[in-house]
Amino acid sequence: MLLDKNRADTDEAKSELNLSRRNFLRVGAAAGGGLLLSFALPSAFARMGASAADGDFAPNGFIRIGQDGRVTVIVPQVEMGQGTFTSFPMLVAEELEVDLAQVEFEQAPPNQALYVNQLVGFQATGGSTSIRAFYQPLRQAGATARTMLIAAAAATWNVDPASCRAEKGSVIHTPTGRKLGYGALASKAATLPVPEKVALKDPKDFTLIGTPAKRLDTPAKVNGTAVYGIDAKVPGMKIGTVAACPVFGGKLKSANDSQALAVKDVLQVVKLDDAVAVIATNMGAAKKGLAALEIEWDAGPNAKLTTADIVADMAEVSKVAGVIAFNRGDVAKALSGASQKLEAIYELPFLAHTTMEPINCTVDVRKDGCDIWVGTQVIGRAQAVAAQVTGLPPEKVVVHNHLLGGGFGRRLEVDFIARAVQIAKQVDAPVKVVWSREEDIQHDMYRPYFYDRLQAGLDADGMPVGWNHRICGSSIIARWAPPAFKDGFDFDTVDGAVEPPYSLPNMRVEYVRHEPPGIPTAFWRSVGPSHNVFVVESFIDELAAAAKKDPVEYRRALLGKSPRALAVLNLAAEKSGWEQALPQGSGRGVSVQNVFGTYMAQVAEVDVAKEGSVKVKRITCALDCGIAINPNTIEAQVQSAIIYGLSAALYDQITLKDGRVEQSNFHDYPAPRINEIPVIDVHIVKSNEPPGGMGEPGTSALPPAVTNAIFAATGVRLRKLPIDTSKLKT
Amino acid sequence: MPFTIKVNNVQHDVDVDGDIPLLWVLRDVLGMTGTKFGCGMALCGACTVHMNGTPIRSCITPIQSVGDAPVTTIEAIGETPAGQKIQKAWLDLEVIQCGYCQSGQIMSASALLASNPNPSDSDIDAAMSGNICRCGTYVRIREAIKQAAQGSVASPQGN
Repeated sequence: MLLDKNRADTDEAKSELNLSRRNFLRVGAAAGGGLLLSFALPSAFARMGASAADGDFAPNGFIRIGQDGRVTVIVPQVEMGQGTFTSFPMLVAEELEVDLAQVEFEQAPPNQALYVNQLVGFQATGGSTSIRAFYQPLRQAGATARTMLIAAAAATWNVDPASCRAEKGSVIHTPTGRKLGYGALASKAATLPVPEKVALKDPKDFTLIGTPAKRLDTPAKVNGTAVYGIDAKVPGMKIGTVAACPVFGGKLKSANDSQALAVKDVLQVVKLDDAVAVIATNMGAAKKGLAALEIEWDAGPNAKLTTADIVADMAEVSKVAGVIAFNRGDVAKALSGASQKLEAIYELPFLAHTTMEPINCTVDVRKDGCDIWVGTQVIGRAQAVAAQVTGLPPEKVVVHNHLLGGGFGRRLEVDFIARAVQIAKQVDAPVKVVWSREEDIQHDMYRPYFYDRLQAGLDADGMPVGWNHRICGSSIIARWAPPAFKDGFDFDTVDGAVEPPYSLPNMRVEYVRHEPPGIPTAFWRSVGPSHNVFVVESFIDELAAAAKKDPVEYRRALLGKSPRALAVLNLAAEKSGWEQALPQGSGRGVSVQNVFGTYMAQVAEVDVAKEGSVKVKRITCALDCGIAINPNTIEAQVQSAIIYGLSAALYDQITLKDGRVEQSNFHDYPAPRINEIPVIDVHIVKSNEPPGGMGEPGTSALPPAVTNAIFAATGVRLRKLPIDTSKLKT
Repeated sequence: MPFTIKVNNVQHDVDVDGDIPLLWVLRDVLGMTGTKFGCGMALCGACTVHMNGTPIRSCITPIQSVGDAPVTTIEAIGETPAGQKIQKAWLDLEVIQCGYCQSGQIMSASALLASNPNPSDSDIDAAMSGNICRCGTYVRIREAIKQAAQGSVASPQGN
């Protein structure tokens, strides 16, 4: 998702970068105060001051140094497992010349001017943008503070700042060895002008960045003291749970609440247009009360909707050419002159997120203000939606953001915050609204269904001369960031399709927008590439098979202009033992991608049993994410993303029947368990390129590696996820 | 109706219906939010606590079934030798990501280690496959259990 200016490494791609990204940047500029592409500190960064006590040193929104020497890094992005509460302090500490152990951290409040994510255009944590957006600003913030502390020390000693150096939280006058700690310098530094330009370290001088650092957020997570949104405690707080109309677009007709109100500890039943909530003193009573309600729904226009209806519709509308999202050369001519032509249809299902922390939000609505306790990926939007629902001005809404028990894109949405505020408006006390897991799955906002049509032409040697990829599915961006949907498409929906690492001489990507009725769509871990990489990497594999060439060899031949992609492919092939023979029923498959600014190749090794069951035995992953900030969390994110992708490859789909989501909990929407996971080998290529994103690439690369391995093992090409093992019986 | 339960060696009187699950008594009545809600159907293990030293899913355990059995939660598991070793290994091996499921993971792993000081891979699979982690921390969970099994009891400040 979103901007990535480091990825276009083929000549063609450089000259043909699609305009959509630039469009999104302009949107960002309008919303974000004009700081985009340029990494200079905007004026808003100059001396934050507001939250700093007198005499503390807060040269910008990211750093506060107390007179006691405590260094606090204000982290603009949220922590949902990906490690920002460690990597961000690392970036500051590296330039500020303090040990990581000296640094404390806290979550930034909503403040668009100070904490805009330059790659999104507002305060948001998603799209694997955190490091890419803040690598430069945080280092610059640290270097600015360091420069000012040195200036303060030099003025104190009446010496040339150039004769002083910063080291482990102190400034030292090198010729005399005199030394002052940052705490002692804080109040003086706070009176100095903020320099416009500061020197950043040369990456070769990094002592912290690139070393495996221990996470700073974990001690509280082993003893139950870490506080997630669902753990918020507010004096006088009640607990509520909600049922929305099981058919999207339907309404509440009636709810007889006499039995619900008779349940011990149930206090109130709140009726909304399309939902009903039970308020109690504890969640057990609230759930019991909800079960005791006699509810009648008006299912509305989607009462009969099934997934098959939606897919049939997509199959029809995708027969017609779409909007051109990318074009190079003359595809029609190339296809007509090809020695061999291939066509295929690929399908991917709706997916839920199932964050381990079920959806929840605590709200206190008063006449003069509103407080929200929640874990959100979009703190500014949380504030805005609460303001909208209450009618209060945004500055009267205080958002207390928390650790997120998983995000995966679900908490980029604020539907559940709006819902909680609607309920809280009718409750005369603070109320924590917690969704049951069933509600969480059946009223998620889903990764869209995609129905893609592929065509390719090969020359006499089996190499591609023409490529046409017609994507059909929902545009999330059109709803989530409307101005970035332009000329009939958006960059996210085609991400992973428009700039494959391969040299494809005649290539076209079309987009047919199809918004399904009766099911809301949203971002899901690895967003656009979650579907496009599966399609592209599967179809490339089909081309290799048609050319009767080894899948790795075939890809190598297309990667001449993408050395970083070639390098990760070669590394993954070598480490996986690609050349070594496997027994009957086993196979290896490969995928290569360049998404989120990171190059990645995965080799999957699978066993397929006679009855069709698939065991994914090993994943070998090689990646080049540019400068690796914290190799410890990078390895963890790759393992994480691979296992998240595994659930999509093997198990999961959301289906509708009579307009209702059929799945409801982990028994029918499974997640991989410890006994089901493969061996995962992660190899990080050393690189001095700018850092790429790491939260998501592992997810998009996994499914095609698995299905390509299944093809190698069985000769059966699976073009639809999750895999249908009945097709693999031998 | 009132019940008296013993959690982490402290007696609590709670006045709820007998069919209310222990999970909600812990979280909403006693304010002990370290134990997590994940599914409500004993499918994910996030709510795991020990009753008489045995791991149970508190989301399906009615309060009336607890009786005088001692309950141990994540807040006190570090006071047991196995719990202490598991917590230390979890930190040493950097197991945790979002962390939401980890209370349950640690409770299951501590119970495993307390009953089986040297668990094999299949023992680990059997004891831990009831605990889902959507961050996919399983590789390090397995390593950490093995390290905890080999390691000596940590010093108290090692938590």
